Amino acid sequence: MLKTIRLEDENTQFLKKVESISGEIITVCDQCGVCSGSCPFTDDMDITPANMMRKVQLGQSDVLETETIWICASCLRCMARCPRGLDLSKVAEALRQINLRTAINHIKVEDISPEEAKRLPAIAYVGAFRKLTG
Amino acid sequence: MKIGVYVCHCGGNISEIVDVEKVAKYVDNQDDVVFAKHYSHMCSEDGQQMIINDVKEHNLDRVLVSACSPLFHGETFKNVAKQAGLNPYLIEMVNIREQCAWVHYDDLEKATEKATNLTEMGIDRIRNNNPLEEIKMDIGKSVLVIGAGIAGIQAALDLGDAGYQVHLVEKDASIGGKMAQLSRTFPTNDCAACILSPKMADVTTNKNITLHTYSEITKVDGNLGNFKVSLTHHPAFVDSESCVSCGLCAEACPVSVDDEFEWKISKRKAIYIPMDFAVPNRYLIDVENCLNQKARRKSGKTNVCRLCEKVCPQNCIDFENKPEYLELDIDAIIVTTGHDVFDAGRKPEYGYGKYENVLIAPEMERIIVKKSEGAEVRDIGKKIAFIQCVGSRDEQIGNEYCSRVCCMYATKLSQLIMHSAQVAGADKDIYVFYTDMRTFGKGYEEYYKSTQKMGVKFIRGRPSEIFKNPGSEKVNLRVEDTLNRQIIESEFDTVVLSVGLELSAGSKKIADILKIPKSTDGFLQEAHPKFRPVDTQKDGIFIAGTAQGPKDIPDSVAQASATAARVMRLLNQGSITMDPRKAFVHPELCDGCGECVSSCPYDTISMNADNIAVVDQNRCKGCGMCLSSCHSDALDLNMFTNFQLFSEVKAALKDKRESDKRIIVFADSICTYKLSDSVGNAKNKYSVDTRIIRVPSSSRVTPKLILQSFALGADAVFLGDCEKKSTPFLGSIDAVEKNIKLVKKNLEIVGISPDRVEFFQFVTVMLTKFPMLLNKMETIAKNKGTIPHEKRIKISNSLQEWLFPKNKEI
Ligand code: SF4
Ligand code: SF4
Ligand code: SF4
Ligand code: SF4
Repeated sequence: MLKTIRLEDENTQFLKKVESISGEIITVCDQCGVCSGSCPFTDDMDITPANMMRKVQLGQSDVLETETIWICASCLRCMARCPRGLDLSKVAEALRQINLRTAINHIKVEDISPEEAKRLPAIAYVGAFRKLTG
Repeated sequence: MKIGVYVCHCGGNISEIVDVEKVAKYVDNQDDVVFAKHYSHMCSEDGQQMIINDVKEHNLDRVLVSACSPLFHGETFKNVAKQAGLNPYLIEMVNIREQCAWVHYDDLEKATEKATNLTEMGIDRIRNNNPLEEIKMDIGKSVLVIGAGIAGIQAALDLGDAGYQVHLVEKDASIGGKMAQLSRTFPTNDCAACILSPKMADVTTNKNITLHTYSEITKVDGNLGNFKVSLTHHPAFVDSESCVSCGLCAEACPVSVDDEFEWKISKRKAIYIPMDFAVPNRYLIDVENCLNQKARRKSGKTNVCRLCEKVCPQNCIDFENKPEYLELDIDAIIVTTGHDVFDAGRKPEYGYGKYENVLIAPEMERIIVKKSEGAEVRDIGKKIAFIQCVGSRDEQIGNEYCSRVCCMYATKLSQLIMHSAQVAGADKDIYVFYTDMRTFGKGYEEYYKSTQKMGVKFIRGRPSEIFKNPGSEKVNLRVEDTLNRQIIESEFDTVVLSVGLELSAGSKKIADILKIPKSTDGFLQEAHPKFRPVDTQKDGIFIAGTAQGPKDIPDSVAQASATAARVMRLLNQGSITMDPRKAFVHPELCDGCGECVSSCPYDTISMNADNIAVVDQNRCKGCGMCLSSCHSDALDLNMFTNFQLFSEVKAALKDKRESDKRIIVFADSICTYKLSDSVGNAKNKYSVDTRIIRVPSSSRVTPKLILQSFALGADAVFLGDCEKKSTPFLGSIDAVEKNIKLVKKNLEIVGISPDRVEFFQFVTVMLTKFPMLLNKMETIAKNKGTIPHEKRIKISNSLQEWLFPKNKEI
């Protein structure tokens, strides 16, 4: 279903926020798509990296719900080729951060059963809490 | 000395705010002032006549008109001086309208005080004006055009037709340039060679054009009206007078090498003609590859091969041919040395040079020409892709600009390929991968549409890489279709890279020889992007075509004709008048240290036989930047002498009361002073504590003068100039920034806040920024309080030592 994009103040606020966290000036993205062609993981993504940039430019915060931002592995192939010198991995990281900073815990410590707790290596806790808790 | 002062009412514009009678009365008592009058309209017939009569009657030798801006009526009063028999440099204006009445309209008393002070400053300044003679120089009509591509040809023909003597110099063996290599031209599809060759022929028949092909400029000295140009004609080893281009020599020649004109898609011999329609139409020997010339270089043998010589029916081959050296006297120069195409090897992800199927657009041009001539050429296959913006709009390789022609030439090439396929009943599948289609010229959008109509598919997306699947003959291309938001991966028989334009190696060399600057995009810099688009910052040197920036044929031709018109405008007068406001040396003060020699960006200063600095009056632009380098005040600038500016600053501070603050503003004539006039016009008020002093360039304001201003009692000093990219004076903004830094450092030594000095680069529309910055200076002056007397003394005692520390040892 097509949804109308409304260009409101909050859209710009969202763009500003991502820009300030990532340190990238996202408005200079030309939407040329070089990043997408360069990215080795596009087959697993739901939107292309360039599309991620576009959504941020227009402040479409639904970009936060995409798989793409989690799949980006920060391999930096896009950055190496972007004709405008942008680093998309920083943008993806910023979007992940915005998700994480909502303080929603996707795993709760109390939900982990003692049996599971015994089996899991310490690094799994670190990884899980790092990416999935606020 | 007899000074006459006139204070103008400006029909109420001034007198309604400023008490002009009081001003006149006050300055009447100044030394050397014979009288001070006030009058309703100084610029009127009557006002002008009054000055003329007074000069004659009272033998006035200086006249000061306290009225509006000198930018407004300066010329009027210069003419009045001439009519009165007074040297025009002995009449000056003080601006009490734009700089006083109009911006201090809400404080009549302060406005009158300031107007009085401004007039006093003017008196102290004009007292030291010297009569100057305008320098006149005879000028001829001989023009050098460097580079004989379409732009150079057009400029040469225009000038030749108008009766100017043109020397057209081309480094290649034939004229014609890049256009000669094109297939057809957009948006009309004219065959490039067909429309170019008649123009090339016109060059040889025009009796005012002397053609120097296969020639190189090695040195250029001098200036507008007297350039000395050194030129080398390379030996062609074939006499151009007698060669009839029969081609028998080439048939006989056993050597075969890549043909550079054909972008190496075909071969030529070691004796060859650069192209079918070459001008001059003669063969030449390529010294690198000729067997005889090679042997001669290696072992001194002169009897190797010589097959061509044996078959030539005209006897025109001369293996002993030597270079010729020429010296030309030239009045003006046009540079049309063009571009090189971007080296696609610098984008390795596109595999140019690695994959046979990847071509650059110029190669495609030649393939199309060759094919239409019926020659055997490579098969480009059925499915063809164009990649746009290769080497343009790409920070990764350092070219931010758009090359402006590639969208159109790719459209043209795809149209030509499609067309010839359709004629042959064949099928082609063509895709153009673009970032943005830029089809902005006359008839271009229509041309784009007609190409779409033919079935060429335009896909918005910049390919990221080209690779080959194992075992495949074809090349694979990966790109996002940014409109569909999907990745495309597809194989093509041929991929054409639409390479961008860069300044040619030849242009770089010429720019170095002529010492003309380049802009940040790497192309040659015009004097003003809007109003002097084909002038350079060096008088008498003009630029046109792709050396100035990427452009298509219509624009190159238009620019070339523009340079011809600019040259005619200059040379047609038979003589040129030069502004006498230039740097000069007080020989008695010069101790021969030589520090100034390297300070002038125009290479104007040298040391004479007696080891005294001299300024070449023909070259000096009068910026005054050099003055900061002289420790003994020996270097000086006419009309803005050290003593004059010092006196002006002193006068600006003389009525300052304990409670007053005073900000000295040095305004360059081109941007800041003009801006201050507009601010006046707009009645945007600013601090009444400001005193604007006009200078040619703020680089004229030496660190010493700024420090002296503080020593004399200034609370803040502000400098304004043009933006770096629009000032006509080379290096001046950097120089000011350096000076300001130095001053700030020294102020800190005595414990004065460095914030009291500021520099800003204005554009002339900053009507609110200007008052804002001056008010900010006033606030700083107020907040920081009065500078104690002992600190001022300390500055005045130490400045020489601070600014020229090594002087101590001398
Ligand atoms: S490569 Fe750079 S400019 Fe091009 S779409 Fe990606 S982020 Fe934007
Ligand atoms: S950094 Fe992320 S978006 Fe860029 S190429 Fe790598 S995975 Fe793709
Ligand atoms: S003309 Fe077209 S292809 Fe060339 S640089 Fe500009 S946008 Fe890119
Ligand atoms: S620096 Fe400026 S004023 Fe000094 S000699 Fe050179 S052009 Fe003339």
